[in-house]
Amino acid sequence: MNSAAHQLAIRRVTKRFAVDDGEIEALAPVDLTIAKGEFVCLIGASGCGKSTLLRIVAGFEEPTTGDVLVGGRPVTGPGRDRGMVFQDYALFPWMTVRRNIAFGPRQRRLGRAEIDARTEIHMRLVGLERFAARYPSQLSGGMKQRVAIARVLANDADILLMDEPFGALDALTREQLQRELLQIVARTGVTVLFVTHSVEEAVLLGDRVVVMSAGPGRIDSDVAVQLPRPRDVSSPELNAIRRAVTLRLKSHLAPGRGIAAADRG
Amino acid sequence: MAVLTEQVADAPDASPRPALRRRRRLVDRARAIVLGAGFPLLLILLWDRAVDLAGTRLVPSPRQVAVMMYDFSFGGIYDDAFSGTILTHVWKSMQRVYGGFGLAALIAIPLGLLIGRIRTLRQLLDPTIALLRPIPVTAWLPLSMIFFGLGPNAAIFLVFLGAFYPILLNTVFGVRSVDVRLFEAAAMLGCGGAAMFREVVLPAALPAILNGLRVANGFAWILIVVGEMTGVPTGLGSVIMDGRTLSRTDLVITGMVVIGAAGFVTDRIIVAISNRLLAWSPQHHE
Repeated sequence: MNSAAHQLAIRRVTKRFAVDDGEIEALAPVDLTIAKGEFVCLIGASGCGKSTLLRIVAGFEEPTTGDVLVGGRPVTGPGRDRGMVFQDYALFPWMTVRRNIAFGPRQRRLGRAEIDARTEIHMRLVGLERFAARYPSQLSGGMKQRVAIARVLANDADILLMDEPFGALDALTREQLQRELLQIVARTGVTVLFVTHSVEEAVLLGDRVVVMSAGPGRIDSDVAVQLPRPRDVSSPELNAIRRAVTLRLKSHLAPGRGIAAADRG
Repeated sequence: MAVLTEQVADAPDASPRPALRRRRRLVDRARAIVLGAGFPLLLILLWDRAVDLAGTRLVPSPRQVAVMMYDFSFGGIYDDAFSGTILTHVWKSMQRVYGGFGLAALIAIPLGLLIGRIRTLRQLLDPTIALLRPIPVTAWLPLSMIFFGLGPNAAIFLVFLGAFYPILLNTVFGVRSVDVRLFEAAAMLGCGGAAMFREVVLPAALPAILNGLRVANGFAWILIVVGEMTGVPTGLGSVIMDGRTLSRTDLVITGMVVIGAAGFVTDRIIVAISNRLLAWSPQHHE
């Protein structure tokens, strides 16, 4: 396999958690490869292990077996090549917008001018230059998530790991941020692994929609979305894919479970 | 043009509102002062009446204490060993209070950050701390006099002991209650080791740490009286001890009032510093 073309390779990754009386198998062997610049959405019912998989890629958790390669090198812990965007933002509340975005570059001990330049560029990228001196508590949810995105991009993340990043936002703000995210991705060429529970969001954003099923978590299907952007949520093409993905998701709900397992062989 | 009309329309509406708000804040402020100062004044009045009614000579009236306070501050009334010596005593006590307090903060904050973050250290030290903490500081008095002899060092040690636990426990609690995501976010941005403590753990735990310092400041002033029982010639605690041996209750109460005032003023200073350092946090304003 031409692993060089793969920005991210998840190879036979499993995860077991110890609980009081034994173990829970959260992830059955999962294989997934993502090319550079690709936008992959991970969708599945709650408990299917999609967030666990994302946290393993981020390096916050270790896989029980298997490994994750980024640019051909195995992941051993959190690193600045993979920037996580959390649903609850996880901004440093004691730092202004500017200091939050400058945090990564400062940790790398870049020169003052370099840090300032990067911070400026990324504040402008997310349209927050007017709010540079604000603290997170003085921002709306949408603005906080913009800061979180700028914070990882300012630190040269090659892969954006997004864990239901727009889940806590109202519908209008969510649409706005989805549009902005696509623009940012187009401009920076960053690779995205995006966890969501909204079929519409997955189909609207992703080049691929990876459907996961629970008990233990594994990849059910991998749907390519070959529609030009900007996409129209009400277009028949998009809705056809949306229906197909919804069908895959529904096939794992309790009644259809046996059939789904059978047809996968 | 549209912008202009908007501004014009805005202007008369905008000006009375801040004025109203300022006035409301002023009224609120005045109310706080009247209520806050009114209650102690009421207590003094009750004290005065009670002394009068009881006809006792053992407890001085507020007026007698005020005279003593004046003499203690400026001299010229009794002209004894205590006349006009307030600053000497306050200064000596301050040195001991903040010697012990500073030492406690210097050790307890870094130790608390480490205990909060490192599981092994927590397992190692938690039981010992829980065991030592309930021992009253006064119980350490004989031992501290053996360790440090008669003099200011024993007092500093006792203040240190009293200030140490509130700072330590609040720091540990502060670190433990930080959202784990903040540490994860910092780690993924390339922050680790000592930088993690300096840049993330310390500022994230700061609200709790400052709270601990505030509690410890109160304890430090409480303990200065015990600390200065160890036979030091100066300090507010020793003034109270002297007052007791001389049966001069007016002097005892004067010492009490000065310690109360010192505790009050330093507490306000810590609150002011907290408000400044925690300007980012909407919850931590008084």
